[in-house]
Amino acid sequence: MPELMQFLMSGVTVGAVYALVALGFTIIYNASDVVNFAQGEFVMLGGMMTVFGYAAGLPLPVAALVAILATAAIGVALNKLAIEPARGAPVVSLIIITIGASIFIRGVSQVVFGKQLHRFPAFSGDAPIPVLGATILPQSLWVIAGALAIFVGLWLFFTRTLTGRAVLATANNRMAAQLVGINTRYVMSLSFALSAAIGALAGVLVTPITLVSYDIGISLALKGFAAAMLGGMGNPKGALAGGLLLGLMEALTAGYISSQYKDAAAFVVILGVLFFMPQGLFGTKTTERV
Amino acid sequence: MRLLTATALAGTLAIGLGLAGPAAADIRIGATLSETGPAAFLGDPEAKTLKMLVEEINAAGGVGGEKLELVLYDDGGDPNKARTFATRLIEDDEVVAIIGGTTTGTSMAIIPVVEDAEVPFISLAGAIEIIDPVRPFTFKTPHTDRMACAKIFEDMKERGFTRIGLISGSDGFGASMRKQCLDIVGDYGIEVVADETYGPTDADMTPQLTNIKGAAGIQAVLNPGFGQGPAIVTRNYSQIAVGLPFYQSHGVASDGFIQLAGEKEAEGIRLPGTALLVADLLAEDDPQKPVAVAYKTAYESATGTPASTFGGYAHDALRILVDALGRAGSAEPQAIRDAIEATSGFVGTTGVVTMSPEDHLGLDLSAFKMLEIRDGGWALVD
Repeated sequence: MPELMQFLMSGVTVGAVYALVALGFTIIYNASDVVNFAQGEFVMLGGMMTVFGYAAGLPLPVAALVAILATAAIGVALNKLAIEPARGAPVVSLIIITIGASIFIRGVSQVVFGKQLHRFPAFSGDAPIPVLGATILPQSLWVIAGALAIFVGLWLFFTRTLTGRAVLATANNRMAAQLVGINTRYVMSLSFALSAAIGALAGVLVTPITLVSYDIGISLALKGFAAAMLGGMGNPKGALAGGLLLGLMEALTAGYISSQYKDAAAFVVILGVLFFMPQGLFGTKTTERV
Repeated sequence: MRLLTATALAGTLAIGLGLAGPAAADIRIGATLSETGPAAFLGDPEAKTLKMLVEEINAAGGVGGEKLELVLYDDGGDPNKARTFATRLIEDDEVVAIIGGTTTGTSMAIIPVVEDAEVPFISLAGAIEIIDPVRPFTFKTPHTDRMACAKIFEDMKERGFTRIGLISGSDGFGASMRKQCLDIVGDYGIEVVADETYGPTDADMTPQLTNIKGAAGIQAVLNPGFGQGPAIVTRNYSQIAVGLPFYQSHGVASDGFIQLAGEKEAEGIRLPGTALLVADLLAEDDPQKPVAVAYKTAYESATGTPASTFGGYAHDALRILVDALGRAGSAEPQAIRDAIEATSGFVGTTGVVTMSPEDHLGLDLSAFKMLEIRDGGWALVD
């Protein structure tokens, strides 16, 4: 039984990391149908800038806040400099632009921050917390709490605020949104800023666990993207559930079957789910009216 | 490129006019390293080391009165690029020898090119395949994975461990070392009772460690891997209190590892490392001490970053080449090759190198020091 508990604890820890990254995809996707492949780079930037701010003598919370704000600014710059000039291009082209942006950000980070691995101390120490014979690190609880908080925040944003609804409206039909007086440019900038900030917050929370280097974004984005697809792209609930499911599947496969097949097993399940439910677990079917 | 051609033209002109002084760059050495890409943290210190040493050698008057010129390309860890650059180094830059191949992949891609053109090549990668079977023009400086396994198993045998667990990274380094270790583990009377792997970017390895902890009669654990994996494994190892003696590989032999894993978590870990890592701890009469201390001091003051084992490999490669150039008496590739093969008793940061026609590495197990992490620092075990 302690084994199962430990596998579950591991799955929840890793799953919460995936969920945090997956949640970051949600806003930009909802505003523009674009899957932002630079999302992993936002996570990396959040972690990396916090590392350097902290090393420069800033208190950890201040360093984290600076990193989140700076990353949000980079998100806005990405929208203004790369996405907005290509407005009107098909979604696929925009997605390719985000891939280009991710390579660019990675290259610049490599020069600015170097190629070393970094970490900063966990928020509340490294003493493992015993849970029914298994253990979990305090930082994992921070990550889980962060994922839940962002989930609740996003859910409220999209269902309870006018701005959130404006974001959804922009995605649905940009022209119609403009006609009812929504400033779609502002909505796009806002969604990039929020997505980048969520990514950076994820980076701040997960760095003590995963460590950070200039190239960590690519693998995080891949797993986060898989989690988002599994749960249903654009749905915060789906991102949270998809991330946790993916993490649990990996941990249980590693524990009970073989650590060699851990990633393969997870992706087979994802393929299976998408085969029967192409919109993901919580995705809504869209119908085009002619 | 245009500038080089212009300089060469001007040089030719000067000679033609009978005004020739010593030409600016007399001995050209080529290098293709992975300064960027996934192996950047290996290639970066290697490139910095080569640049620093060439400058240092030239400032001291060069080799036999002739200056060295380093032609360095960044292959980004891509074997195809490495191959192209090797060809370019030989055909366009007309170098007398090539250093490089940061990774096993890039080294293996360079080998056919240099063997074909008969230009000496000193690789900086780990795998035994590079020098086994021996190829006439290919040499290497880092010890092999197999030697690291042997060093670790010797230590385990001495401590009386016969049942061990393996947790390996599934990246190239981890997979290769795992295979080498499994190959020779039987020779030491040791049995592998748990064999787990993890992905190079995984965030949590507690499931694998839980299974290892639960394996019957297990006495020690070995983690072949490099990058962030071993640091996370070490943290998880302490988190679930496995409580068994823990061995890491030479892949994480750096101060950065202790920082990433945490002092408390890394306490008591043993790993095979080179003299460079513990330069200050070596006995005064250790022949490697002056070499290791000199390189470490020079590198750290030139770059402001701590010296790593990987930069040490490049240091040894260049020093072996310069040593051979001095003895060869000519800058003909064939003469240089013969001189490299005749290297004997050369003291480098990695070990004392004595090559032969059958051995193009020239190191034995004494090149590895068994180290233990104590109070956030390194201590020599033997």
